[in-house]
Amino acid sequence: MKLTLGMAQINTVLGKPEENLEKHLQFAHQAAQSGADLLIFPELSLTGYVLQDLTPAVAHRPRPDDPLFRPLLQASQKIDLLVGFVEEDTRNRFFIAAAYLSAGEVRHVHRKVYLPTYGLFDEGRFFAWGDAIQAFETRFGRAGVLICEDFWHASPPYLLWLDGADLFLFTSASPGRGLNSAPILESARWVEHINRAYASLFTAFVAHTNRVGYEDGLNFWGGSTVFDPNGDLIVQAPYFEEGLTLAELDLNQLHRTRARLPLLRDERTALVQRELNRILTSRTSGK
Amino acid sequence: MKTVDLTINTDLTRRILTGFIRSEITRMGFSRAVIGLSGGIDSAVSCFLAAEALGGENVLAVRMPYRTSSADSLEDAQKVIEAAGVQSLTVEITPMVEPLFQRFPDMDNMRRGNIMARQRMIILYDQSAAFNGLVVGTGNKTEILLGYTTLYGDSACALNPIGDLYKTQLRQLAEALGVPESIRRKAPSADLWAGQTDEGELGYTYAEVDRLLYLLVDQRYTPQECIEAGFEPLFVHRVVERMRRNQFKRILPPIAKLSNRTIGYDFLYLRDWGT
Repeated sequence: MKLTLGMAQINTVLGKPEENLEKHLQFAHQAAQSGADLLIFPELSLTGYVLQDLTPAVAHRPRPDDPLFRPLLQASQKIDLLVGFVEEDTRNRFFIAAAYLSAGEVRHVHRKVYLPTYGLFDEGRFFAWGDAIQAFETRFGRAGVLICEDFWHASPPYLLWLDGADLFLFTSASPGRGLNSAPILESARWVEHINRAYASLFTAFVAHTNRVGYEDGLNFWGGSTVFDPNGDLIVQAPYFEEGLTLAELDLNQLHRTRARLPLLRDERTALVQRELNRILTSRTSGK
Repeated sequence: MKTVDLTINTDLTRRILTGFIRSEITRMGFSRAVIGLSGGIDSAVSCFLAAEALGGENVLAVRMPYRTSSADSLEDAQKVIEAAGVQSLTVEITPMVEPLFQRFPDMDNMRRGNIMARQRMIILYDQSAAFNGLVVGTGNKTEILLGYTTLYGDSACALNPIGDLYKTQLRQLAEALGVPESIRRKAPSADLWAGQTDEGELGYTYAEVDRLLYLLVDQRYTPQECIEAGFEPLFVHRVVERMRRNQFKRILPPIAKLSNRTIGYDFLYLRDWGT
């Protein structure tokens, strides 16, 4: 089975969801026309990234009666969409979230679990922490969504793997940093390393969509990637440039790779659970 | 002595910085830039970057000599104007600042230098309105950290593409951009009075202090760790103290908090808000 996956490596208008919505619909249309089955947008693609006090003003609920989601759900009749937004829950907590839309329905919402609040990041000041990491069914098999800092930690991808995800959909608004003599920034190098590593370790497809553009002095470097279950790069979008990048995923590669390298088969989850319990209950463990 | 490598990839730097200039000027509704061109390397780099980002016809380089400014500075600035293909204007500040100098005849070099720097700021911001362009800054990371700058003078700008590059790194970028050699080779100077050089005034070279600042700031070394890495204790302490003392130049003036929501503390928006 083949999946044509599109990555919408876009720039966004900071704090103007209705303007960003227009771009989402244009990219969705263009991707569908190009034969894509699924289109992934970056983290906070409907709002922009450094929202600070704009956070409550740009929050939405992923429901058919929401003015932002109504047209997106309509567009999802033609192409599956993963969009980034600020979610306000029924008790008025705000989350960095990503919604997977398919055939006019919201199939899954992931709320960012790890909110970086250090260095240039201040997410924990403005957002609530997501509390679940769950894979979900798509037309193309079981998938999992993580947002930026979520996959800087090893455990969320691992949990998705155990929960059945063969298709890892990662999104970022990754500020470029770490300039040295290398042709790419340290932040880009790090993200590419770990994406490749997850694809290799979990013998799975890993698609990462990052945004481009600037917010004040921050640059977003793009360079979206898809790695296959062998850890080989299928496609990489250009650095710093807005655009749609398509990747053809031969899902049968899962079969071939896992026949060669049965890491999933041999994963000893009961041992992991036992040791985790011991580590977390032991007073002397190094944390 | 610990090896510190400040080498940058100049292609990548150029790409990020020209994109930054384009983005931050156009989203504010402008398409043009104004730059004070001293004849030194920093303003030359900003000017080349702005010309590359916006097109030379959209950049106005303003030369603002004082009567004691070196003739070389004016000539070097002219080389940049020609090489970068930008528009230019020369506004002599002598008749503007002399009356103030005469009013306070016992004024020292520092006061006079600050007045000249602020007079240039006035001209640049006036040209900003006349040319309908934003003032692009020319301060580098070394001088910002050391506070070797005049508050509301040469530090005043609408955006600064080069403020995260140490002087040593700017030299690399200048070469890659094609900044004329005479500018890259001469001793850095604020040229506020004859014979003034940055390194003479600071008491150390950029090459030395950049390596120390890189460890202190970028690599988060403690002063003690810098000394253990081979830097002179007195030098380390002087630089650390100078950085601390000049923090006021790097932030907006504090507003006394009274209400529940105060600008600077809990009224938080990027400048790019809504764009």
